[in-house]
Amino acid sequence: MPETVTLTVDGVSVSMPAGSMVAAAILKSGKHAFRRSVRGEARGPLCGMGICFECRVTIDGEAHCRSCQTTCENGMDVRTDG
Amino acid sequence: MGDARHVCDVLIVGAGPAGLAAAYRVASSGGRVIVVDDNPAAGGQIWRGEQAKPSSPEAQAWFEKLRSVDIQLINGARVFQQPAAGTLLAETSRGICELSYSRLILATGARERFLPFPGWTLPNVMGAGGLQALVKTGLPIEGKRVVVAGTGPLLLAVAAYLRQRGADVLLIAEQASSMRLARFGLGFVGQTGKAMQAWKLRRSFSRKGAKAQRRVRYLTGCWPLAAHGEDKLESVTLFRHGRVSCDYLACGFHLVPNVELAELLGCGVDAGSVKVNDFQETTVSGVYAAGESTGIGGLELSLVEGEIAGLAAAGNVDEARKLFPLRTKQRKFAELLNRTFVLRDELKQLVQPDTIVCRCEDVTFDRLRAHSSWRAAKLQTRCGMGPCQGRVCGGAVEFLFGWGSESVRPPVLPVRVESLASAEYRSAE
Repeated sequence: MPETVTLTVDGVSVSMPAGSMVAAAILKSGKHAFRRSVRGEARGPLCGMGICFECRVTIDGEAHCRSCQTTCENGMDVRTDG
Repeated sequence: MGDARHVCDVLIVGAGPAGLAAAYRVASSGGRVIVVDDNPAAGGQIWRGEQAKPSSPEAQAWFEKLRSVDIQLINGARVFQQPAAGTLLAETSRGICELSYSRLILATGARERFLPFPGWTLPNVMGAGGLQALVKTGLPIEGKRVVVAGTGPLLLAVAAYLRQRGADVLLIAEQASSMRLARFGLGFVGQTGKAMQAWKLRRSFSRKGAKAQRRVRYLTGCWPLAAHGEDKLESVTLFRHGRVSCDYLACGFHLVPNVELAELLGCGVDAGSVKVNDFQETTVSGVYAAGESTGIGGLELSLVEGEIAGLAAAGNVDEARKLFPLRTKQRKFAELLNRTFVLRDELKQLVQPDTIVCRCEDVTFDRLRAHSSWRAAKLQTRCGMGPCQGRVCGGAVEFLFGWGSESVRPPVLPVRVESLASAEYRSAE
């Protein structure tokens, strides 16, 4: 397994230790708003364990992925809605 | 998308301490066991990341024992439905997983209780365990200013962990009074290990951190009144303490058992916890529950409940009985824990009319208080009907209004349409 993996968050390249979660990569990239709520408010992760669904983003074209439960992979294309 | 079918003697849902302890006991008794878990790796929340980066000797000892027996672990799979008795369906990134069993052990753990206050929906306001989980899975925290707030022993553990990782933990705000905490300390008498652990943890905050961080203030009878910021958290106002600038607010109000799957299977639930008999069997024959889902009690209670459930499910009742005294001792500690960190009524005043209570559907407090039950509020406002299915606001409305969940319907978690279609097909077979 490689030591680090590199993915992009809204087009910005981020390197993470292998085994990191996508939510951590998004915050490391400088993004804090993962999605917009029904009323358009900025939202980010709350529970960190797959329960609250506040951290959902689009990963490699698949919408509504929980970024706190998805492991980072090389070349992953992560899109926030923030 | 491919489908997979698995058959076993004992199926365990949840790979935290209770689930793993149960799995070990079933496998040691010769039963074919499968453990299914939503997370990418085993360990649950408390042992999250232990396999990649070992830090707890107790966790390592358990993982070592587990390697010596034959257990099938299915990770990244969320159980969402029971199409027929003796079968559960789980969704994975690869498709549907059908799990057939003779006996079932639910070890679904707990989640943090969140209470609404102005600004709690801002990005970077997280659960205490929530922030810890993100740091464990790659979030750099070095030099970040963190306020830890809420209630429960988790706050101390999280603050210590974050500090060790280089965070600038500014203070810990614990809503319980110093008097309650003192009584809690006295209650440790007879449990030397736990008393020492708590004492060492508290003391460590009065010294400079390993990375020369400032001392951490532990404020009792203190809680957040409001979080401030534009598109993310900038500061937090604390009761009797004023405003503190910070990068993260790690805030959780103790824990709530995860009982949704048990309810779906028809298991009796009492005061928010799955009801079990001496052998950890629920009101549904052949279905057992262990760990935090049967009531918040901490790691040691989860482990012994898991072992008892595993032995009982494997038919080894004499061995299970031998562990009853240990469980009784741990349950006493659990009672003390839950008495100490009971939420004070003042916390009901934090929420303002325009504060969001249901984050999924953006339902504010003033829209909820007109209703007499959660069911009525759901119908009129959609509170609790978003993707989390009330898992976040449920703990809040229970505290604020005394509302409990009245029914659980499949799927217990949002799943893909093709998963639902597949489940329908299976039910019709």
